[in-house]
Amino acid sequence: MAKTHITLSINGNEVEALVEPRTLLIHFLREQQNLTGAHIGCDTGHCGACTVEIDGMSVKSCMTFAVQAQGAHITTIEGVANPDGTLSALQEGFRMMHGLQCGYCTPGMILRAHRLLQENPTPSEEEIRFGIAGNLCRCTGYVNIVKAIQYAAAKINGTPFLEAAQ
Amino acid sequence: MIPGTFEYYRPDSVASVVALLAKLGDDARPLAGGQSLIAMMKTRLASPEHLIDLSAIAELHGIREQGNDIIIGAMTTQHELIASELLAKYLPIIRETSLVIADPQIRYKGTLGGNVANGDPGNDMPALMQCLDASYQLVGPKGEREVAARAFYNGAYDTALQADEIVSAVRIGKPVAGHGYGYEKLKRKIGDYATAAAAVMITMSVATCTSASIGLTNVSETPLWAEAAGKALVGTQLDEASIAKAVAAAEAITNPASDMRGPAEYRTKMAGIMLRRALERAKSRAHG
Ligand SMILES: Cc1cc2nc3c(=O)[nH]c(=O)nc-3n(C[C@H](O)[C@H](O)[C@H](O)COP(=O)(O)OP(=O)(O)OC[C@H]3O[C@@H](n4cnc5c(N)ncnc54)[C@H](O)[C@@H]3O)c2cc1C
Ligand code: FES
Ligand code: FES
Repeated sequence: MAKTHITLSINGNEVEALVEPRTLLIHFLREQQNLTGAHIGCDTGHCGACTVEIDGMSVKSCMTFAVQAQGAHITTIEGVANPDGTLSALQEGFRMMHGLQCGYCTPGMILRAHRLLQENPTPSEEEIRFGIAGNLCRCTGYVNIVKAIQYAAAKINGTPFLEAAQ
Repeated sequence: MIPGTFEYYRPDSVASVVALLAKLGDDARPLAGGQSLIAMMKTRLASPEHLIDLSAIAELHGIREQGNDIIIGAMTTQHELIASELLAKYLPIIRETSLVIADPQIRYKGTLGGNVANGDPGNDMPALMQCLDASYQLVGPKGEREVAARAFYNGAYDTALQADEIVSAVRIGKPVAGHGYGYEKLKRKIGDYATAAAAVMITMSVATCTSASIGLTNVSETPLWAEAAGKALVGTQLDEASIAKAVAAAEAITNPASDMRGPAEYRTKMAGIMLRRALERAKSRAHG
């Protein structure tokens, strides 16, 4: 089957590639681009481990073809740290609040939380829980993930987050 | 799970899609958000040889007012439906329904056109569209035609849409201001299809119900417009006896499958309970 030529931007880098139309974006990222941060959990659109950001949307990359990303701007977990290499507010929040145990869900959680905070910089706990409802975690019980996102929101907004002091 | 091979097309006009569908025949399928189709392709329930991506067609996007109607382009996503101020003003039930579909990621990609054209009885929009008496605008090689949502669904994955046609838009008459509405869905978890769900639109004149329309999701091979149940409410004060009559009429037309969401009898009863709850909320919101 003929391959399709695509150009797109991934984490700020221009990328050109030949892909088979049936190649899922998650396979393209992991196997052709060596960006293995986004994970495959369920392969059916349920778990969110494969979540990446495409043109201002959180998308499950197991539920989209790489060819659909022609011309798109994609951010993966490899692209979320600050330009100087320090952890972003969300990454720091997950670290400080123990928002991960095995870490399998974490890249997807952080990418989803990133978009959530763009759209709603001061989410309530309920809004956080509703906003990350498409991301499953089998380890943490979500409590510390919610705190991690609250920590990041506070840091970005320059408001105090009391948990962080403990 | 890797889908079968196919050729990919991304035309930029409805005319080119129609020309491609006419040329490629039954082996071609439109691709909207892909949130149902890609899942089906992975399990090989669908193996189209040609996929025509509708995302680059500007005329299929957006929500606008046209006289007494609201026109929603087929490629408008569930996320956009939730954010729309126009819909918040005229048809807030669309937002309420969109919010209980799938999860945030799926809603960024999943479209109204894909949801109504899919033909899966689990989809939430079809019963809502029947409740609202929406029409689907279809475009094919012979031009345009319009089919009422209430006449569109023949069976599971069997609709009035021909293989060489696409849904270009959904047209919905503006309901009267002050109407009451509610969409209630029982699901096992966020991101699950309905065990049963009910859409309700009513108008009240002081304490009397002057119109009522009811749609039911996932309790038959097709979405259901519960016409008799709606009629049972008109002219009443929405008192317990009238509600019980409407619920019985709605339950009577259900024919759900027994599956992992529960035995058929249970799902029928849940349809009745969702209807009661949606009706209660609609009543509390109506003022007329
Ligand atoms: C985890 C998960 C949970 C979900 N939960 C729900 C839920 O609770 N409720 C719900 O309603 N849905 C749910 N969905 C489905 C989701 O809403 C889909 O987005 C929707 O069913 C299809 O829309 P789409 O744009 O993705 O269409 P696609 O998947 O691209 O297409 C679906 C079908 O419609 C056809 N089609 C698409 N657009 C057109 C058009 N304009 N004209 C003609 N044919 C067209 C395609 O050829 C295909 O056959 C869920 C999906 C997932 C993955
Ligand atoms: S791997 Fe994509 S949602 Fe689970
Ligand atoms: S930390 Fe293990 S799945 Fe979330």
